[in-house]
Amino acid sequence: MSSITQYFSAGRTSGKHTLPFVIILLAVTALACLSNLYLASDSALHVSTYSITLLGKYLCYAMLALAVDIIWGYCGILSLGHGAFFALGGYAMGMYLMRQIGDRGAYGNPDLPDFMVFLGWQQLPWFWHGMDQFWFAMIMVVLVPGLLAFIFGWLAFRSRVTGVYLSIMTQALTYALLLAFFRNEMGFGGNNGLTDFKDIVGFSLQADTTRVSLFAITALMLALVFVISRKILSSRFGKVVLAIRDSESRARFIGYRTDRYKVWLFVFSAVIAGIAGALYVPQVGIINPGEFSPINSIEMVIWVAVGGRGTLIGAVIGALLVNYAKTRFTAILPEAWLFALGGLFVLVTLYLPKGIVGLYTQLMEKRRPQPTKESNA
Amino acid sequence: MSALHHSLNSLRETFRPDQVWPFLAPANAKVNVDKNVILYVEDLNLSFDGFKALNHLNLYINDGELRCLIGANGAGKTTLMDVITGKTQCDSGSVFFGQNQNLLNKDEAEIAQLGIGRKFQKPTVFEEQTVFDNLELSLKTDKGVLPTLFSRLTPTQIDRIDNVLHIIGLAKHRFMLAGALSHGQKQWLEIGMLLVSDPRLLLIDEPVAGMTPQETERTAELLTSLAGERTVIVVEHDMEFVRSIAKTVTVLHQGSVLAEGTMDQIQSNKDVIEVYLGEQEATDGVITEGVTL
Repeated sequence: MSSITQYFSAGRTSGKHTLPFVIILLAVTALACLSNLYLASDSALHVSTYSITLLGKYLCYAMLALAVDIIWGYCGILSLGHGAFFALGGYAMGMYLMRQIGDRGAYGNPDLPDFMVFLGWQQLPWFWHGMDQFWFAMIMVVLVPGLLAFIFGWLAFRSRVTGVYLSIMTQALTYALLLAFFRNEMGFGGNNGLTDFKDIVGFSLQADTTRVSLFAITALMLALVFVISRKILSSRFGKVVLAIRDSESRARFIGYRTDRYKVWLFVFSAVIAGIAGALYVPQVGIINPGEFSPINSIEMVIWVAVGGRGTLIGAVIGALLVNYAKTRFTAILPEAWLFALGGLFVLVTLYLPKGIVGLYTQLMEKRRPQPTKESNA
Repeated sequence: MSALHHSLNSLRETFRPDQVWPFLAPANAKVNVDKNVILYVEDLNLSFDGFKALNHLNLYINDGELRCLIGANGAGKTTLMDVITGKTQCDSGSVFFGQNQNLLNKDEAEIAQLGIGRKFQKPTVFEEQTVFDNLELSLKTDKGVLPTLFSRLTPTQIDRIDNVLHIIGLAKHRFMLAGALSHGQKQWLEIGMLLVSDPRLLLIDEPVAGMTPQETERTAELLTSLAGERTVIVVEHDMEFVRSIAKTVTVLHQGSVLAEGTMDQIQSNKDVIEVYLGEQEATDGVITEGVTL
């Protein structure tokens, strides 16, 4: 039986990168963590806590890029609003961290976060209740982006909105949320957002061990999300998703309700983005409405395009490389970064339509002898 | 008076003897073909910006029949298929699959799940996926989101796909990307996708366009062998091909049926000759050549 399944999975090579990816990711993470915790800080191999946090941030971006790739690379839905789901997940985590501050805030109010005291509010708004419980906040991290994606997707995909119209709508979605979260009356800290976090589930956010653990958890989550996404996309569901990307009306005439497939894939993608946002906030220590800005969502698309869309691994590589370049570049020549990013996007679109991963596959195929018809059959 | 008239009419509509109220209709009712007719198209009208694409069209297809639809460009052949498969909404009329399935209130996916398969004029296969995957996607299975997510190919299904791969002559190319196939092979793959979905009614739009004579011959054999167990409706311009497969031919003209009968009857039909010979000077189309054969 197993030989039969092996025979029939021979044509599907999409899963072959999964294991090496997970092994490399976890090995690098383990090495970085160990060297941070156990090597003396003057050792050449020591990884500073600053680097650990930076790496953790990159991994959050990688997860976010993965979310964009799932919906764009596999289903052809170009979402220019994934920053919204990322930020919503981040805000849910931020609200929990705000409640954890308790009476250690500047105003010493045990119930109200500082900004509410500052605004002269007497009691907690209804949507802040329960956010002091970690489990409840974690449910919200998944539920809020998921629900928004469901409602948005249900309305958009049912009405068969596709292509550039959908992209513009997602852009409008994130812009609307940006404006809403800027308002103090919304109860999310307005312009300043949420910050001054103290600790998470009882561990101080300033401690090296907490930072290393957060980084390790991010890596583990990325690995987990990667494996689950790969599993889903290589199932028949994934094939239907590809079919929708390549010819939606054909998929409908075969009998698939394509709108439902798109909605659920969109929800899945939004949930991943939300989780990435929740992991991002405790590591960078702040969440503000800037995360909703449309330019952020466009940047994510560039990460995926650079890495190579429709490959999952490309999204991760693209996010890591572009963000590393950004860190380096903004340190040397901050004003030029946006031009560099724009130029990168143009170059990739013109010369590397399949991204870095596509280039790699092309090079490997050139080196290898051409497969004959027989081995194909 | 007119209000009374109106309410009487809506009452009639509510108590139509030929329909069951939706909440009384059994869910997932089987297609009822007791009267040996699988498709009833009655008084179908559709106009695009004043152009009558379908004009009081009536068509009945018997169960197990192989029917050819012919007609000049704009006669309404493809539009008719669009209405049957739910792609286009018609203005008025009724389309029933069997006696009990009203196709006009169903969407594309529902109609496909009832067992109506369609092959397009231009071959549309999923080019980025293998031949095998294309067939797997078309299998007759539960097409809901969750069942699809957790589905596994059963040995029976693998056999079924293998079987179809042999019928369409693509067994050697099972792991090739569908986009790498030749035009004729894509046509065959699309027919294979229809076969593997085990449909009751196949709507086939120009199956032999772009095929070599040998391929055309094989297609003719295949379609003829399908009829009986399944019902097949073929739209085709190639008169030689129509002659080789069809027992009954329906000629469409300006959105309605002009004539129906065997190929010989059609060719000697006065209306057909008038319409097509009249047009011969204007458009020297393929169809005119066919009629004068």
